Amino acid sequence: MTDINKIYSELTIIGTGMAGMAAAYFASKNKIETTQIGINSGIIYSSGFFDLMGVHPIEDRKTWENPWQAIDKLVSDIPDHPYARLGRSNIESAMDQFMEFMNEAERPYMVRKNQNTKVITPVGTVKSTYGVPRSMWAGAVALKEKHPCLIVDFWGLKAFSAKQITDMLMPRWPGIRPLRISFPAVGPSSDLYPEQMARSLEIEANRIQLAEAIRPDLGDAAALGLPAILGIYKPRQVREHLEELLGVDIFEIPTIPPSLPGLRLKEAIEAKITGRGVRLLSQKRVLSAAQNTDGTFELSIGDRATSEIQQIIGCNAVILAGGRFLGMGLHAGRKKIREPLFDLPVFQPEDRALWHQTNFFDPRGHQISQAGLEIDDSFRPTDLAGKPVYDNLFAAGSILAHQDWMRQKCGAGLSIATAYGAVKAFKKLNIEHPTSNIEF
Amino acid sequence: MEKNLKTQVLIIGGGATGAGVARDLSLRGVNCILVEKKDINAGASGANHGLLHSGARYVSSDPESAKECRDENRRLKQLAPDCVEETGGLFVAVEGDDEKFIADFPGYCDNIDLPCRQIDISEAREAEPALSDKTIAVYEVEDASIDPFKLVLENITDAQKLGCKFFRHLKVVKFNKTGNNIKTVNLVNKNTGETMSIEADIVVNATGAWAGQVAALAGTHIDLIYSKGTLLITHSRITQRVVNRLRPPADADILVPGGTVSIIGTTSLRMESLDEIKPTVAEVDRIVGEGASMMPVLETSRYIRAYSGVRPLLGGGGKGDDRSVTRGFDLVDHAKDGIENFITITGGKLTTFRLMAEKTADLVCSRIGVSAPCQTRKIPLISAHETRWAVPGFSPKNWFNSHDKDDLLLCECEMVPQSAIEEIVGYFDIFDKHADLNGIGKRSRIGKGSCQGNFCSLRIAAYLYDRDHLSSDQGVSEIKSFLNERWKGQRCLLWDTPVVQVELQEAMHCGFFGLELNPDS
Repeated sequence: MTDINKIYSELTIIGTGMAGMAAAYFASKNKIETTQIGINSGIIYSSGFFDLMGVHPIEDRKTWENPWQAIDKLVSDIPDHPYARLGRSNIESAMDQFMEFMNEAERPYMVRKNQNTKVITPVGTVKSTYGVPRSMWAGAVALKEKHPCLIVDFWGLKAFSAKQITDMLMPRWPGIRPLRISFPAVGPSSDLYPEQMARSLEIEANRIQLAEAIRPDLGDAAALGLPAILGIYKPRQVREHLEELLGVDIFEIPTIPPSLPGLRLKEAIEAKITGRGVRLLSQKRVLSAAQNTDGTFELSIGDRATSEIQQIIGCNAVILAGGRFLGMGLHAGRKKIREPLFDLPVFQPEDRALWHQTNFFDPRGHQISQAGLEIDDSFRPTDLAGKPVYDNLFAAGSILAHQDWMRQKCGAGLSIATAYGAVKAFKKLNIEHPTSNIEF
Repeated sequence: MEKNLKTQVLIIGGGATGAGVARDLSLRGVNCILVEKKDINAGASGANHGLLHSGARYVSSDPESAKECRDENRRLKQLAPDCVEETGGLFVAVEGDDEKFIADFPGYCDNIDLPCRQIDISEAREAEPALSDKTIAVYEVEDASIDPFKLVLENITDAQKLGCKFFRHLKVVKFNKTGNNIKTVNLVNKNTGETMSIEADIVVNATGAWAGQVAALAGTHIDLIYSKGTLLITHSRITQRVVNRLRPPADADILVPGGTVSIIGTTSLRMESLDEIKPTVAEVDRIVGEGASMMPVLETSRYIRAYSGVRPLLGGGGKGDDRSVTRGFDLVDHAKDGIENFITITGGKLTTFRLMAEKTADLVCSRIGVSAPCQTRKIPLISAHETRWAVPGFSPKNWFNSHDKDDLLLCECEMVPQSAIEEIVGYFDIFDKHADLNGIGKRSRIGKGSCQGNFCSLRIAAYLYDRDHLSSDQGVSEIKSFLNERWKGQRCLLWDTPVVQVELQEAMHCGFFGLELNPDS
């Protein structure tokens, strides 16, 4: 055992998805010494859009223009929803600070004051969201103003059809039309991937070739939509250069996940967070967790493939932000749903027969989506009596019960705001276990 | 666009029986049209074990059916070898099973000259390690597995080549009679709303569990019991042979291997209506539990799909287990009910589909004065080029051999390229251009891999738009109905890894695309 590396951390965040990353950001902003652990980040599946609150009640398919009014109504109808633990001012602070952070990370977002924005998805549907990546903003404007617009796709890029998108949008946007071209400057492979195209466009000469290929068909278009392939590391330069070459506003439409907007987010956030001093153990997972007699936690860390302990982390507090089933924060067995690390009580339907509706798209959503950890006002998972299971264990993000982020369209907001709430509660409880007292 | 067609025989129902009748009549030179309100194998033909019975299952309860199975089993092995996997079969008893039944079993088999050989238990467990260590008796029989989709596609394709027309999505709405004869039949395309009228000399009702409804529409009556059966597909193949529980038929007592998977079932549940034929969580748990007593590995196996079918059983509704009702078939000449040119064929089972078709075609031919004898006893069913994409394993093999870089893979799990999609859409009938994902799914392996349609539905929909096979907002309803069709089979099996996949699917299709907010068009 002596050769196993042991480290100490004031706070450990388990999970590297949006909630874990937001928690790491808020913790670093508050100068909390933080370690973060996770295997694959769910952020790579992100479209790039930051939903705050869009649909409620979901069974009525009621969509809201103003996310704050939607939250007010939600909180009054569903007092157990995690948003109800925060109040508007906390949610607003969390979102504002995180948007500011995205600016710092050079992944700027556009937000309409107190208003959701309609954006285009790769299947041609229109989605309401809150934060729109700058690279996609001109699409939202063109859609709103119905500017003449050209949507371009490429031979060899699967699951992105300009024809599909324009066919879908034509009834509400007559000035939109499709164009298919060959992607310049890619080798003989006919199967194209967004990442490879994005790398290619980081080279100036390739951008010029692309502009030349589009120019003859530009016609009266005032805006130009492309799949999200405009660079990985320098998306702003790539887009602005193309705008200059073609003289129109250019926007990206996200491709199906995992997509570049997700990858860009993940890389930028990781770089920024580690730069702020967070110790990020990526591609690692927590094998087991135990509480010491002094109340601190001891976490055994291994890699994804083996269950061999490689490292031990001692910490004063833990924020569970491992997401749901995809993130492995929860596990569904044949009989019941469990929280695998601390074996916390999981709010869930009585019987597996109730987990899922018979229609996948049932507007009521699936009951299993409401399952998760119940918390107190300090974001601490509670037992059946409503008391915190541990004083120093917090939870944030989609692992929480009584929400359906996929149907309510509140994914990013839920992650960011509850991470903010958990970090704030940690600070407020002012847990003090000086480093010197911890012994391994 | 109103269409009026004329034919000698109109066959209603695109399952095994209807397809068999279409091929049989076509081989005799009779002109016919086959119509189906959904798509091939939408009923029991597509929701069974895929078991080519040796007959041993029925030796005690229904020796006549057993004999029919015995003969058809041998015939189909010879005539349709590409649809059959000659696995052999076992009848296995475990501790606690009825010893008298076990002792009587070989005698029942002997009575109808059905080959049945007792084998040593240790020998059996060596050959099939999945068998329980509580096994107390094992007999070997001539069971095999048969691919019902390939079988029906081959029958229809062969019939089409002989001049038969096949229309999908065409539902019978009215029979127009002149005196005691059906003169014309009105049909409506369920996708487009277009109507069609078909004039036929004879109408054959081969609609399985729906035979009563169709007969009622024609103004006559068929007495059927609906018995729902649920089955599960395992992620990997459990045994080499078909394994039957050696006891009177009960839940989850047959395991049929096919390709890389096995199918365990069934349950038997009397249904009053044909509306909600879907597996339930309780049935799934029961099948897993019962199956595990014969093969313990079934308790921990991963399952990829559950599905339910309805057995159309004949007779007035006895009190016992529906499995004791005859599995024989019924050929009804409705002349006795005052409709001279209307015939219903129902009941039976997949193993005897050819025989059912032969008897039906004999009756049809006697009515229309055709003397040509049945050819399906002699002419083999050769694999058609058109059906190859439906065969498990064909796509990957084809991909590795073709080296066509421009032919992008749209279904990456099962390696189905865009050329396959284009080809399959080309087979859809000329009156029904609508390129439905479910129709492509019936004729290829799309959606059957580990993503269960999550990604391939999107790639294929985009491709279909590019090729003008889809337009306006059709893509949304196509993606939704395709995922919902997969969902029916996934819903009761969602624990461990499948829950993870379904979460990603919902995050994409609902969270991101908001498809649940789009009303179905």
